[in-house]
Amino acid sequence: MSRHTITVNVNGEDITREVDARNLLVHFIREDLDLTGTHIGCDTTSCGACTVLLDGRAVKSCTVFAVQANGRSVETIEALAADGNLHPLQEGFWEKHGLQCGYCTPGMIMSAKHLLEENPDPTEEEIRWGISGNLCRCTGYNKIVEAIQYAAEQQKEAEA
Amino acid sequence: MIPGPFDYHSPATLDEAVALLGQNGDAKILAGGQSLIPAMRFRLALPEILIDINGIAGLDGIAEAGDKLVIGGLTRESALEVSDLVQQKYPLLADTARVIADPLVRNLATVGGNLAHADPANDHPATMLAYDAEVVARGPNGERVIAIDEFFTGLFETSLGSNEILTEVRIPQPSAGSGGAYVKLERKVGDYAISAIAVQLTLDGDAVSAARIGLTNVSPVPIRSPGAEQALIGSSPTDEVLEATGQAAAAECDPSADLRGSVEYKRDLTRVLTKRAVARAVERAKGGSA
Ligand SMILES: Cc1cc2nc3c(=O)[nH]c(=O)nc-3n(C[C@H](O)[C@H](O)[C@H](O)COP(=O)(O)OP(=O)(O)OC[C@H]3O[C@@H](n4cnc5c(N)ncnc54)[C@H](O)[C@@H]3O)c2cc1C
Ligand code: FES
Ligand code: FES
Repeated sequence: MSRHTITVNVNGEDITREVDARNLLVHFIREDLDLTGTHIGCDTTSCGACTVLLDGRAVKSCTVFAVQANGRSVETIEALAADGNLHPLQEGFWEKHGLQCGYCTPGMIMSAKHLLEENPDPTEEEIRWGISGNLCRCTGYNKIVEAIQYAAEQQKEAEA
Repeated sequence: MIPGPFDYHSPATLDEAVALLGQNGDAKILAGGQSLIPAMRFRLALPEILIDINGIAGLDGIAEAGDKLVIGGLTRESALEVSDLVQQKYPLLADTARVIADPLVRNLATVGGNLAHADPANDHPATMLAYDAEVVARGPNGERVIAIDEFFTGLFETSLGSNEILTEVRIPQPSAGSGGAYVKLERKVGDYAISAIAVQLTLDGDAVSAARIGLTNVSPVPIRSPGAEQALIGSSPTDEVLEATGQAAAAECDPSADLRGSVEYKRDLTRVLTKRAVARAVERAKGGSA
């Protein structure tokens, strides 16, 4: 099996490591880099708990090989409150009770971040569609939708 | 779960990729990885060599050239979703892209991979059958064009050679008076179809002058329903004609019973969805948008 030296920009910092070809990106993030905010919820590419941004696009990091991230950027949930202040999305999940057990939350937030970057003013329908790759077994989704609406409002106000 | 061991290559050019495919060992192309990596994680697939084509420039893109819409093999589903050209002129394709998997999967999954994988549960095969598309394959002896009717040869099998790469899909531009639609029923967002129907047809006055109908996940190999097409061609799409079309599709499909339903249920669903898809395609043909 081949091994590869990869350099990945993770949350703004270039990181170089050696990986086996078969290492999944989610294992690289959690085990090699100790960034355990990204979760693993299934073995079937179904749940979205492992969602990260790869070159700005939301993907399931359990279904990408780490070696494929060579020369690219990865953003995980840890990047959001990097300066100690909650990101508007995190604030929204706090304010609107967008979580119960919290297992799905990092993935939900990363999907929502991509959604709001592409569409800063989404309708409720567009939000539900945008997070349809992320499963939540607790909330029933309504509070998650409200949390994302809250973040969209905050971001609009900050820009105004 | 962790995939079995393999050697990974990421060639920068198609020629390099084709040469790598010709090496000894069981080599596979890695495109979006959204079918292959799940299969590798379950060790249903154990390739010895993976050739990642994501670093090859020029393999993606959506543009009209001559009388065809040309879609690069590496084009992501998410790119189809945001393409104005696709949304305005190719509603059958637009319908299809937005019901494939979920947004996270669509950010990586490719059109070429969807066809090359030849999973009867995948949605593009029926759509490309309905469009009468062509697939372009690149191998050691250059390029060849494969008609979509010749492409799917078995369960997960295509007429692509083991050292060929699917580089393009070409869809004929719809003529005036054409319309298309894809209607899919799934258990939940992101799931494969219980049954789904792709229709592309042309109206001449009130009568249907041409029609192709593809079926998803109700046969071991992606198929058209010639009986349904014949029931439609030459007639105006009245309720009776729609019913006959639906019944022909139900008779010609060959579903198997699984968690998604019994054979009887899937057949009847195919009848109903065929009627809906034809009705929507007719509406669009009359509305003037392809
Ligand atoms: C949770 C989930 C739900 C899904 N739901 C749906 C759905 O509802 N409908 C649907 O249609 N699909 C669905 N898919 C499948 C998804 O669309 C796949 O990504 C797609 O079928 C394969 O495309 P890919 O680019 O990911 O191919 P890969 O996984 O990279 O490759 C698949 C196969 O095709 C071969 N291949 C890929 N590209 C080429 C090429 N250019 N030339 C030659 N061979 C090639 C590979 O070697 C491999 O054998 C789902 C996937 C997941 C994980
Ligand atoms: S862990 Fe469930 S989709 Fe990645
Ligand atoms: S809060 Fe428990 S899974 Fe979403």
